[in-house]
Amino acid sequence: MDFSIIIDNLPLLFKGLGLTLQLLIISLVIGFFLSIPLAIMAASKKPWMSLPVKIYIYIFRGTPLLIQVFIIYYGFSQFEWLRESPLWVIFKQAYWCAIIAFTLNTAAYTAEIFRGAILQTPKGEIEAAQACGMSRFDQYRHIILPSALRRSIPMYGNEVIFMLHATVLAGVITLVDLFGAAKIINSRYYAPFESFISAGLFYLVITFTIVFIFKLAEKHFLKHLEQ
Amino acid sequence: MIKNMLKTCSLVSLALSFFMLISASAFAKDTVRIGVEGAYPPFSKTTKDGSLEGFDIDIAKALCKEMDVECKLVKQDWDGIIPALLAKKYDAIIASMSITDDRKKKVAFTNRYYQSPARFIHKKGEKAEISKEGLKGKSVAVQRGTVSDKFITGEFGDEVDVKRYGTQEEAYLDLNAGRVDFVFADAFVLLEYLNSDKGKDYEFIGDSYTDPKYFGEGIGIALRKQDTELKEKFNKAIKSIRENGTYDKIRKKYFDFDIFGKD
Repeated sequence: MDFSIIIDNLPLLFKGLGLTLQLLIISLVIGFFLSIPLAIMAASKKPWMSLPVKIYIYIFRGTPLLIQVFIIYYGFSQFEWLRESPLWVIFKQAYWCAIIAFTLNTAAYTAEIFRGAILQTPKGEIEAAQACGMSRFDQYRHIILPSALRRSIPMYGNEVIFMLHATVLAGVITLVDLFGAAKIINSRYYAPFESFISAGLFYLVITFTIVFIFKLAEKHFLKHLEQ
Repeated sequence: MIKNMLKTCSLVSLALSFFMLISASAFAKDTVRIGVEGAYPPFSKTTKDGSLEGFDIDIAKALCKEMDVECKLVKQDWDGIIPALLAKKYDAIIASMSITDDRKKKVAFTNRYYQSPARFIHKKGEKAEISKEGLKGKSVAVQRGTVSDKFITGEFGDEVDVKRYGTQEEAYLDLNAGRVDFVFADAFVLLEYLNSDKGKDYEFIGDSYTDPKYFGEGIGIALRKQDTELKEKFNKAIKSIRENGTYDKIRKKYFDFDIFGKD
């Protein structure tokens, strides 16, 4: 065991940490804002509204994220028309391919969480809103969404942690995230234990931070549900 | 009559026990498990039906035959190829592994069984110059953890954007996609790619690199340090297949030039 390797390579690991957090935060933010309209559509009683979203959710929840990353990064780049189109500026870079894959994936899972919460909104609340003469839009804005999003916090916290752990897949498409940095250190010094345990510790610290933030959020937003 | 029968019986049983003795010793033939990569053509590749072939594979089989042992090939990804040897998943690595001081800290090596230079390839007709100046801002694809990776990182790491891949094939995919300007790897491996349909638009550029600081003493078989007896057996087997012509027969199957250097 030689942890001086790790100390020498801390700058590389911290750089990797930066990229991991960047990928995580960007894809979670975009994914979150995509998932709200998707959840509303998926919860709709009209099949032409809900069916396309349900198919999308089914595909992205039904296939491993690694396969999605490979298709978006290596798969799409096979098509010459894509390489010659303006879209190539985005798809050329591993960074954006990772963000696209992570965003679409988390949006699907999050939409499913929110859809469940929307459907579980107490009937009485909706009836009361209707009695007040609220439009469907106002019902969503003032009643359904605030309540559904609050109730989703514990589940969403889980999704955030899953996404953090899923970002290791960036390491397979040349990006040097935390895991990518650990792989470089391992390949240079043949020290799998030292390099991966250090990366693991970084992930543990981030996970605890996420858990802590969500505990605070639950305390704040779910106070009315406390017994 | 009875005496005769007894005689036959004892003869039969003697023959039987003799036969069993022979077959028992045949079954007792030692097995050597060899770790191979299966994704580094032409040295080792996995065919469409899942079987292994290539220079490393043929050499492994020839060495086993020479040592009179049973050969069991175990496929293992490059990233974990040394850890799996140390974890006794197999007893030797025949996977075009360069002998380096770094690796010697973890494993023992036999004498080399071939030697090879590393080179750059790029798109045909594109202007480029292989020098610290000429490579400034360009991207070079290498397979992670290989000597090519170390060479590029050590000699050009400050100038170029080094992109590291888990397999050589992924590096080619990104060269085809235009995501990287160069691929830097073993000249033999690149040759196979250049001869393929996907690689026909690409060509070698720049010198051959054999700097022993990075590329070391050639390509050897890696073993656990305590297995000194197996190491001697392998060294003897390498020498005898070199002498009896088996080596050249295998080499001619893959390359039309010498890949061993001076004995």
